[in-house]
Amino acid sequence: MKIIVCIKQVPDPTSSSSGTTVDTEAKRVIVPQGTPPVMNPYDENALEAALKIKDSQEATVTVISAGKNLAKPVLRKSIASGADDLILLDDPAFDKLDSYATAHLLAAAIKQTGEYDLILCGRQAADTDAGQVGSGLAEILKLPGITAACKVEIVDGKVVVERVVSDGIEEVEAPMPALVTVSSELGELRYPGVKEIMAAQRVPITVRKAQDLEINISQLKKPSLVTLAAPLGRKAECQYIECETPEEAGTDLAIRVREAQLL
Amino acid sequence: MAEYKGVMVYCEIVEGSLPSITYEVLGCGRKLADDLGQELYAVLAGSEVGDLAQEVISSGADKVYVIDDQLLKAYQTDAYVSVMEKVVRQVMPQVLILGQTSVGRDMAPMLAFRLDTMATLDCVELAIDSDTKLLLQMKPVYGGNALATYTCDSYPQIATVRDKVMSPSEPDPSKQGETLAIDAGLDPSAIRTKLLKKIKDDEEGVKLEEAQVIVSGGRGIGGAEGFEQLQKLAAVVKGAVGASRPPCDNRWIAPSRQVGITGKIVSPDLYIAIGLSGSIQHLSGCGQSKSIIAINNDAEASIFKYADFGVVGDWKKVLPTFTDKLKELLPE
Repeated sequence: MKIIVCIKQVPDPTSSSSGTTVDTEAKRVIVPQGTPPVMNPYDENALEAALKIKDSQEATVTVISAGKNLAKPVLRKSIASGADDLILLDDPAFDKLDSYATAHLLAAAIKQTGEYDLILCGRQAADTDAGQVGSGLAEILKLPGITAACKVEIVDGKVVVERVVSDGIEEVEAPMPALVTVSSELGELRYPGVKEIMAAQRVPITVRKAQDLEINISQLKKPSLVTLAAPLGRKAECQYIECETPEEAGTDLAIRVREAQLL
Repeated sequence: MAEYKGVMVYCEIVEGSLPSITYEVLGCGRKLADDLGQELYAVLAGSEVGDLAQEVISSGADKVYVIDDQLLKAYQTDAYVSVMEKVVRQVMPQVLILGQTSVGRDMAPMLAFRLDTMATLDCVELAIDSDTKLLLQMKPVYGGNALATYTCDSYPQIATVRDKVMSPSEPDPSKQGETLAIDAGLDPSAIRTKLLKKIKDDEEGVKLEEAQVIVSGGRGIGGAEGFEQLQKLAAVVKGAVGASRPPCDNRWIAPSRQVGITGKIVSPDLYIAIGLSGSIQHLSGCGQSKSIIAINNDAEASIFKYADFGVVGDWKKVLPTFTDKLKELLPE
């Protein structure tokens, strides 16, 4: 079977959470200097879902990413981890794509790749947190769509998914081809070995430009960003409990919490 | 676009009644409708849900569209998206609001793409721009490091609102409204994705969303056994146990216990954060707590910037005496 995984490149969310500032004039988020680009963590979970399927049956995994000046070494990690091909949709016109444009762009590229059985995406991106591209792709390609998966299996030619909902887990199935968005509960992407990393360097990458796709990107813009502001964070003055031992601190904390009538 | 008019809210139903998010969505929708000088429409979709119409009218709706069908008994993406597509095409509202719940975050993007418009998910504020009359949709981005405001110039403008952020409507039993039935017109064969089964988590003790005290653990808890310690404290303070993302990803605790941007939004009186660094994604879910206590052996952990009381130390040593002393100090 053929699986397609869509991966977005984002500034590393684990290193950018402190020191991130907002340029309100330019309506841009400024991540601290030196923040490396990485594969969106939820998209890594989606790739892991694909590789788990590939572990148990014959499958090829194609990774597609779209953007401007994509970092090949970052996305090549998908091949080192076990993907078979990497297609980059890289063009200056693909800068700051919104969810609507991204979904249409990916759909155009996927249509060009021929037959497929399953498309996997992360549930949302760590930068924009929009959570729309996967569902949008399903609609554009007229596929059944399942969101927030924590387990993806192929059973009797159907995709069977466990999805995370607020009060538990739902098990759903859909005929293929289908689209599934994946949540972090599925598990982290496996670590490639040194041998795999070396071998991945030799795998050719397909790069497509705007003119290679049957799509007019400038006509695909829906939401507009009006303002961008710094968050209204809760900040408190922390009273530290300082004692000789942690055990004493525990007792003292209980006393202080009662005095402050927090309990 | 002139024919689009009014504000529509999707009223989620949980086990036959309206959850708090539905009242929040109604409250938010009422305000937007008043600002536009237009009507508020509510949608009730499900199986045998017509009895809720009066309650929805009392909570602010001018018109309630009831779609009653056996096939809508449980939420299934294809069925609900089709029904909502039909209702929107028939009623043509300018604005459609849903709650940012498991249902809302699944349905809103698909519905938006089907109607060739866009949705903005997880909004913390919605307003009508006084000049353009467009819906201003404010939502956190970059994990909460920035707040973006979007507009969309195609109708309907769709948004989901974050739990516990909007003021719920005040029910007014004397309010009059109209109830209209719409036929679901569902073709069972068009429901491609099928719900096979649902495994509900054990809801022992206090529910996370309703708890006045939450005892929450992070990566530092280290395993499922650690959460048993947190459970002991929760029992003493009559609270619920929550977690940040890593414990849920590692299944030390059920995923439904997750607090944060991809989990639940909570606002208890007291939030006790244990072995939890306080990522911005997690704080988006608990930052509205009245007070926060942090126990963490890393003095640099960002949770301390948000805490009222803090202990820098090994939680395994701090927690037992903290629990024991509270047991002694708190009334039975």
